Parts: sequence; C-alpha cells; structure tokens
Amino acid sequence: MCGIAGVIHRDGATSVGKEMTAMLRSLKHRGPDSTGFAVYGVSTPDEYVMRLKLAEREDLDKDHHIRKKIRDRQLQVDELLAELGAETLEVTEPTPYARRYRLRYPGDTRRLATDIEQIEGAEVLSFGSALELIKDLGDATDVSAQYGLGTFRGTHAIGHTRMATESDVDIRSAHPYWAYPYNDISVVHNGQITNYWIMRREMERLGHRFMSNCDSELLAVYTANNLEQGATLEDSLKASIKDIDGVFTYVVATEDELGMAKDTMAAKPMVLYESDNLVALASEEVAIRTLLPHEIDTSDPYDEEVRVWQR
Amino acid sequence: MAEVARGELSAQELRSHEMGMHTEQLGGRSKLAFFDIDLNEPHHGYSLPNAFDVDFNKRAEIDAAELPANAVNLRIRQLMRDGYGTIVIKNPGAKHSMAVGILNRLNLIIEGSLGYFGLGLIDGPNVRISGRVGWSCAENMMSGTILIEKNAGSQFGAAIRGGDLVCKGDVGSRTGIDMKGGTIIVGGNTGAFTGFMMQRGRMVICGNAGKNLGDSMYDGTIYIGGQPASLGVDAVWAEMTELDRQWLERKLRMYDLKPKGGIEIFRKIVAGKQLWNYDNLEPTEKKLVL
Repeated sequence: MCGIAGVIHRDGATSVGKEMTAMLRSLKHRGPDSTGFAVYGVSTPDEYVMRLKLAEREDLDKDHHIRKKIRDRQLQVDELLAELGAETLEVTEPTPYARRYRLRYPGDTRRLATDIEQIEGAEVLSFGSALELIKDLGDATDVSAQYGLGTFRGTHAIGHTRMATESDVDIRSAHPYWAYPYNDISVVHNGQITNYWIMRREMERLGHRFMSNCDSELLAVYTANNLEQGATLEDSLKASIKDIDGVFTYVVATEDELGMAKDTMAAKPMVLYESDNLVALASEEVAIRTLLPHEIDTSDPYDEEVRVWQR
Repeated sequence: MAEVARGELSAQELRSHEMGMHTEQLGGRSKLAFFDIDLNEPHHGYSLPNAFDVDFNKRAEIDAAELPANAVNLRIRQLMRDGYGTIVIKNPGAKHSMAVGILNRLNLIIEGSLGYFGLGLIDGPNVRISGRVGWSCAENMMSGTILIEKNAGSQFGAAIRGGDLVCKGDVGSRTGIDMKGGTIIVGGNTGAFTGFMMQRGRMVICGNAGKNLGDSMYDGTIYIGGQPASLGVDAVWAEMTELDRQWLERKLRMYDLKPKGGIEIFRKIVAGKQLWNYDNLEPTEKKLVL
C-alpha cells in the first residue's frame, strides 16, 4: 500500500522535519516496515551535505565483525574525501551505520559519490546543498527521533511509509530515493511499476546505477536521466505517464520545487491542499490534517495529472 | 420465504422501462435473497426488522476530535438505541470508516470532512456533510440520501444499490463503479472510468467526465451535462426522452443543482449491450443449462 506525503512552504523556512514526522506518523497504517524523509534545509554557499549508509541495520545482528567493518569503511571514506580534496566541516553519526557529512568540495560531485560507493557497503543516500535524505526501519516517530528531525528547519520535504511488496525490508529498499547523481533531487512512490526490468535495463545501458531491486528506485533514476537530457521537472513527470507502466502516484522534490504525477488509471490515492503560502499533499487527508487541523478545502488530482509547485 | 410473483408490469415499471432502465430481470437466488419482503411481518419496507425507533426531534451531538472512528460509530448506535433521530458529528477530522453500517432512519449532520470508507453499508439515514469525503464513500449504500457540499475522492458510491448520493463538487475516478441501483449526482466534474461495470441505477454528471465513461456498463443510465474525455467500451449515446428531462428537472431541483444551461444541456448514455449479454442465470444454474 505505502503512504507518501509532501509539503512546501512558500514563505520561508519552518520546522519541516517536525511537520513531516507528524504527517508520516498518521500514515503508519499504510506502511509499517520503514519510514523515510527527504528534507530540504537552508543551503549555505559552497557547502554540501552528504548522507551516507555504511551498512544495513540487519547487519548489526547477523555479522559479528560488522562494527569493525563499519569503522574501516568510515576510515576509507574519510581518506577518500581528503584524497579528492574535500574539506570535511562536520561529521555526525545518528546511528552506528549512518553518517552525515557537511563539507566543501570544489570538484565533480558525481565523481565523489561514485568513488565513495566503490567502498564495500557504502551507499550515498543523498548529496546536495539543501537535501538531506534519511531512511530507516521503523515508524516515523522512531526514525525521526533517531535522526533528530524534530529540530530540522527547512522549506519543503517529502516522506514515505513503506509496506514492502516487491522487495526486501531493508534500508536499501526504503524510500525516498535520491536521483543519483543529481544533487538535491529525491523521489517517493506509491504503487507498482510493471515494466521495471525493461526500463531498468534501458537505464543501465545508459550508464545509470541501481542500488536495490525496488521498483520505485527506477523513478529516481528515470528522473535523473530525463534531467540529464535537459528536461524540466514538469517535462519529466509528464513523460513518465507514457513511459512507465503500472499503477503509481509519485512525488519528486528538487532544491526549490515539489512535483507529483499520477498514472493513467488513477489507482493510487493523493489528496491535495493548496494555499498561497503552503502546499501539502498526501495519500490520505488525515496526514494533511496534522498540519491544518481545522476544516480545509482539498481535492484529488485526476488520472495523468502532473503538478509542480515552486517554493 | 415466499416466492415473488411477477404479474403484469406496473405503471411505474413501464415508465422505468421506457426510460431505458431495468431491462433485465433478476432470477435465482438473488431474487429470493434480496427482494422477498414479507409484508405480514411487523417491520418491512424502509424499516428494517432490528431498526431502532427514533424521534427526529431528539437531537444529540458527538465531538469526534479525540475519538477514534469506531468509538464514534458505537456512539451513533447507542444514541439511536436511546431514540435520538438527529445526530450532529463535530470535528470529524477526515477520519476513516466513520458513520458506517447505519441501518436505520436517522438525520445525520456531519460538520466537516470524512476520510476513506465513510458512510459505507448504510441503509436508511439522511446525511448532510459540510466538508468533503475521501475514497470509497457510501460503498454498498442501500437507501437514504447523502448530500456532500464539497469534493469527493475516487470510488464514490461503489456498488451502491439504492438511495441518492449527491456531491456538489468534483469527484475522483471510478465513480459509481459496479453500481447496482440508486442515484449518484455529481455537481462538478468526475474522473476516469466513471460508471465502470455499472449494472443499474442512474448517474447524473453536471460537469465533465474523464476517459472511458460508462466502460463495460451492463445497464443503467448516465446523464452528462458537460463532455466526457471519451466513452468506454460498449457505452453508447441514447436519445433523451421527455421522461428523462422530467426526472432530471425534479431530481436536480431537489438538491439545488440545476446547471446554468438548464436541463437541455444533458445527454444520455446507456449500455450498447454488444459486449456482454447479461443473462439472469446464477453460476449453478448455468451449469445445469450447459
């Protein structure tokens, strides 16, 4: 089933981490397996934030040597960053297997991400000047507390509660997905993509990488590919209605935009609230009501509908 | 159960046939299970055997702000048991599965919006909703009226069998899917696959409809004031009759939904009946025939 949500403020930064936590908490019944956030903070010139995963959570229970392996991987990442000329300003470790880097890097960020992922067990969850992508097993309350999202300030966010149907229950298969290697682009999806393998092979032939077997990852890679060809976010969303088979409603966020697309069958729900200062959308209105508890006017986007909002 | 005897068609039945409805006859178990009402029993017609005797002048309020939906539903039932015939629900907060399974005469006023599966399986109440409703509102509704002031989600009135289900705003996709009777009225636009596999009843769309309107409909009638993006498989245009116009005039006036262009803007869609010959045999009976 899965639950998806998005919120964008047009009047400056606010507590989007707390807001998205509340929205996803109300969607827990749609997906209790894992929860993910893509939150967009206030960017600082010449600085990037990188979110990194160095192991799966289940590895902590299965592999007796995993803590040593994670330490080795951390050292390799730090050495690589220094070698490539990145200046690490701050490192935090919200969990034994997750790291957040704040850094300056004048070079090619795609190369940086690609080189880091050469290290065994390392996956760059997000890279950008505003985006921070957090995902883990458990519900929104637990994940938010673990990663300190209650105090995160920003302009917009998307989130996901996952009920695993097509792939495993692990962080690798959790949403959101970063549109590697494009800074600050993330995707959440509710549905099933039926031409996943055909499209995946097509994307792989074009040189894109997949980190999981989750069909939703295709939407992130597909979006990245379209943007690489020069398409706008709206162009990409519209093209996906024709190119992607299956039932889907998905939401994409960039550094300053929020967009959504609904498939031709309109089989997956989405409720939308729009005002001058705020746009909120979610699989169910109860999620929007966590931000706006009073009576509001909402609507359902129709089949093949694409919408994009600026912050 | 006594067998239902079918003699000459009544004047009402003749009129409905003239309007292109009820061209098929139910047979077998369906007829026995659903349409055999014993008039000698103390309760019949709109009053179900276990219905509570309620007084519409007795009014109660439920504040749903801090209550889960099942607690609200139990409270409605308790109030009906106590004879309350008018119930107001405040702060429904778009919660799911609220006000379901009401098998009673009741004036129900909902001040706000409902989430998914609201008002499902109801038989008898008259409901007014000042907000909107989410997906699958009034699924399997049997009788009564529901009037929604704002928008509605998809699967609006799925499989309803009777009553009037009215939304003054826009409605999502698959409105009236598998509809088996009653009336659905949409004041605004409706999405794709509206009337999909419709079997009986009437649907009125004052605005436009998405693609595949009336796809695979077996029977029933759809009136549309605007434009459908496309007609579905086996849905065909039919000629409006004077009876159609009279019925539309009366029905839309009841809910204050008469469009600016008047009744003349409406066109009629029925099943072409080329796709599927809807017979009246139950699966077990088919085996006997074959």
